[in-house]
Amino acid sequence: MSGGAHTPGSAEHLVAMANDIGNYFRPQEREEAIAGIANHIKRYWTPRMRQKLTAYLAQGLGGDLDELPRAAIDRLNDQTPAAGNQPAGAAAR
Amino acid sequence: MQSIAEKDLGTPARTSAKMVTLTIDDREVVVPAGTSVLRAAALAGIAIPKLCATDQLEAFGSCRLCLVQIAGMKGMPASCTTPVAEGMKVATENKAIADVRRGVMELYISDHPLDCLTCPANGHCELQDMAGVVGLREVRYGYEGANHLKAEKDTSNPYFTFDPSKCIVCSRCVRACDEQQGTFALTIQARGFESKVSASQDDPFMDSECVSCGACVQACPTATLTENSVIEKGQAEHSVITTCAYCGVGCSFRAEMKGEEIVRMVPNKDGHANHGHSCVKGRFAIGYATHPDRIVKPMIRAKISDPWREVSWEEAIGYAAGELKRIQAKYGRDSIGGITSSRCTNEETYLVQKLVRAGFGNNNVDTCARVCHSPTGYGLKNTMGESAGTQAFDSVMQADVIFVIGANPTDGHPVFASQMKRRLRQGARLIVADPRRIDLVHTPHIEADYHLPLRPGTNVAFINSIAHVVVTEGLVKEDFVRERCEWDSFEKWRALVGDPKYSPEAMESVTGVPAAAVRGAARLYATGGNGAIYYGLGVTEHSQGSTMVMGIANLAMATGNIGREGVGVNPLRGQNNVQGSCDMGSFPHEFTAYRHVSDDAVRHSFEAAWGVPLRAEPGLRIPNMFEAALDGDFKALYIEGEDIGQSDPNTQHVTAALSAMECIIVQDLFLNETAKFAHVFLPGSTFLEKDGTFINAERRCSRVRRVMKPKNGYADWEITQLLSNAVGFPMNYRHASEIMDEIARLTPTMSGISFDLLDRLGSVQWPCNAEHPEGTPTMHVGTFVRGKGKFLLTEYVPTNERVNVKYPLILTTGRILSQYNVGAQTRRTPNVQWHDEDRLEIHPHDAEERGVAEGDWVGIASRAGETVMRAQVTDRVQPGVVYCTFHFPDSGANVITTENSDWATNCPEYKVTAVEVTRVSQPSEWQKRFQEFKKTQEALVQPDVFVK
Repeated sequence: MSGGAHTPGSAEHLVAMANDIGNYFRPQEREEAIAGIANHIKRYWTPRMRQKLTAYLAQGLGGDLDELPRAAIDRLNDQTPAAGNQPAGAAAR
Repeated sequence: MQSIAEKDLGTPARTSAKMVTLTIDDREVVVPAGTSVLRAAALAGIAIPKLCATDQLEAFGSCRLCLVQIAGMKGMPASCTTPVAEGMKVATENKAIADVRRGVMELYISDHPLDCLTCPANGHCELQDMAGVVGLREVRYGYEGANHLKAEKDTSNPYFTFDPSKCIVCSRCVRACDEQQGTFALTIQARGFESKVSASQDDPFMDSECVSCGACVQACPTATLTENSVIEKGQAEHSVITTCAYCGVGCSFRAEMKGEEIVRMVPNKDGHANHGHSCVKGRFAIGYATHPDRIVKPMIRAKISDPWREVSWEEAIGYAAGELKRIQAKYGRDSIGGITSSRCTNEETYLVQKLVRAGFGNNNVDTCARVCHSPTGYGLKNTMGESAGTQAFDSVMQADVIFVIGANPTDGHPVFASQMKRRLRQGARLIVADPRRIDLVHTPHIEADYHLPLRPGTNVAFINSIAHVVVTEGLVKEDFVRERCEWDSFEKWRALVGDPKYSPEAMESVTGVPAAAVRGAARLYATGGNGAIYYGLGVTEHSQGSTMVMGIANLAMATGNIGREGVGVNPLRGQNNVQGSCDMGSFPHEFTAYRHVSDDAVRHSFEAAWGVPLRAEPGLRIPNMFEAALDGDFKALYIEGEDIGQSDPNTQHVTAALSAMECIIVQDLFLNETAKFAHVFLPGSTFLEKDGTFINAERRCSRVRRVMKPKNGYADWEITQLLSNAVGFPMNYRHASEIMDEIARLTPTMSGISFDLLDRLGSVQWPCNAEHPEGTPTMHVGTFVRGKGKFLLTEYVPTNERVNVKYPLILTTGRILSQYNVGAQTRRTPNVQWHDEDRLEIHPHDAEERGVAEGDWVGIASRAGETVMRAQVTDRVQPGVVYCTFHFPDSGANVITTENSDWATNCPEYKVTAVEVTRVSQPSEWQKRFQEFKKTQEALVQPDVFVK
């Protein structure tokens, strides 16, 4: 899981990671599984990782992303507001 | 030789609630029932002479010095072996007793060297003391008869000397090896005058089964067994209590000092985790602090091909801060991050994550737990509500069934293993689930009831098959589950594991474990009384690591083995402060005490305390940092006390990521593998050189105390503070205690912890707050932290890492007693005499098929890379499985491990790598490049930066 034959850092790697998460939640009821995957990604992935995967899918790529994690990504994108102001770090001030 | 600072009360304490009143020398004494007369007298301030008795060991009654007279009892019983009785009247001194004692001492001294003034024990020798106490004035036997004065010394062990000419055959050393350590390496050979202490079959200590824990040395009342450091330097004049910086047991030690020089480390008898015991590492392997490799001056360079330039602290910090600001300005706020240390104190770790969150303005902070027990945090938090083990170490003494899964405690947690072995010798039952036949399976007086040698990568299939037996044979503790757990989650889990596909019979072909053994083990765990599970990285370092932790928690809840002493789910955290570094908010998604960064109330409390807004989104984990570096998005890293260049999987991937960054700041003791890619080297301090706290595997927070000035000039927390001020986020702590005070203010589960409390209590297990002012040894008593325990579904998903024709064997990895993790410390001590290279364990069948013999060089190739080690042919591993340690960077163990990782936490799947093994005659290409790179990098360091 999470690696295999994919190039780490590539969007394919993110697809593999999402599928692995999906495999864990798969035994649950569908709605529960989608919510679980979405919640996991939201809690543990950086915004950039989510954006990268979303952009990859938007290009029509990532055909091997399983259905459950795909639904979860869609749900997250529906929920996420447009990127707003974020606090500046001291080093960047 | 016992500690200079501790009093010996003669025999161990007893903890009976029933009290007994007796009279000793006309003084009324009240003690718990079961206490010896010797100890009762000592507690009353009456020191009955003794030699073979010590309060660390059960009474033996051999020296005949502690004789007393007791009204109504014939003769002169030994006070060490005589328990107190209600109304007993004891006389400890009269002429008759004194004559006998003098006679005993005469016999001892008649066969003992009289070189007291030049003896290393002079002034601290119990034999010398007793000669004085009994008033010995002459030895009427003379000294011309047969004696042992010319017995030869054994200097084979690098840390202590055995001088049998001084031995009084009190058997303390033998008993220490038996009772405290559990190795049974020593015996008294022969009888009468010929009696002598013998290691194994009268072998030199170094060739024997001795594991060099030093318990015998500490127990010895004379100079027979003495630390070489005492022989060389003399005895200490003061001691300071501190905590070991090696493994997750967190042994308490007395650092015995002469001025600022350490003479020796002696385990603290009052240590709550170790009770006066230690292992070879903590007691003896501290020489790394002054090893010639240690760098004590800051260095900088622009490119890693440049020579290092020694600079002042001001210049080094200014350069590092300047680079961090430049990189953020150019590449964005998320382009830098930090890695905290599981080797440094809680206070230091807290400051690094604070610097990253508040100073850098992102949450790109992570810690070494990523690669070891992050699944523990995830799995236990989601099932029970807290990211930590449930028990204290002492709980094992109430266990009836001990279930060890994927752990090797005699090597990884040796002092706790000694305690576990004591319980097993008392009759507790043992189940071991491990691909290898670890030492615990068959060790003196201990035999596992079940050794279940499962195939690496099949943990969840295995635990589900155990659970299948529990749910289908009516072994669930239903009352407990109904009262304490979410019943609907239990029903779903029961349906899953109850499916015939998870029966032991169906899973046998998957796991390789015979069905009958699985059924027997499951029944034993579920019905054998208090069942306690202890697990290690053989559980977590898998692609289903988190799932397996959940499976363990499910099993414990289903069998009612939670919420009291003697049971529980016990992750054996590997490092001295890995628990602490996680507790301190080192994960990219959590503040202290595992509270998510998106939790508004929690985040606002930190914002208010730190005076800056904080990010609500998770940051990068270490593996993600590498990926982002290779993508060109992540350009700088501040690394405190971690050697990701050696410890993380797929070394070539890691070094490529490091090479892609523009500024790597390494804060460490040595030029480690990561530092060879660094641009700023900030010399760190050792645990001997700073104040702070560690938190061990049982959530126990203990003090680390400074015993000498930092050779590099600053404690590690002071360096982080300097850097933080330089990047523009002010920090003004004057002492480490102020950092802990801040942690306590911001962390409800630790609100009661302070240096004052720790000075008063010695140590405390969190939660420690108003509700639990003296800490919490046992978690989830009455109710789980999350309220009701939750059963989580644990479907078995095989790993992607499959064997095939090209890679037909599975490699798994682990630790050895004498070396520690990446070996940065222990490789720089005489511990290399026990283990001077990583070796590949291979089963005789697999070895024969490949023409490999013991000691042959073998190439180990995986999909990730190739390396070469020497072969060790052994049937401790099963056919199809090979095993190696990872303590030496040039063995390249992580060149061959892959990026497969746990689905939930990205904890690398170190324990499952498909490989092939072939005989070779030269190092691998990677190893050749490694040696060249190492030589080049070492040549770039000027000699003046090393410790003198």
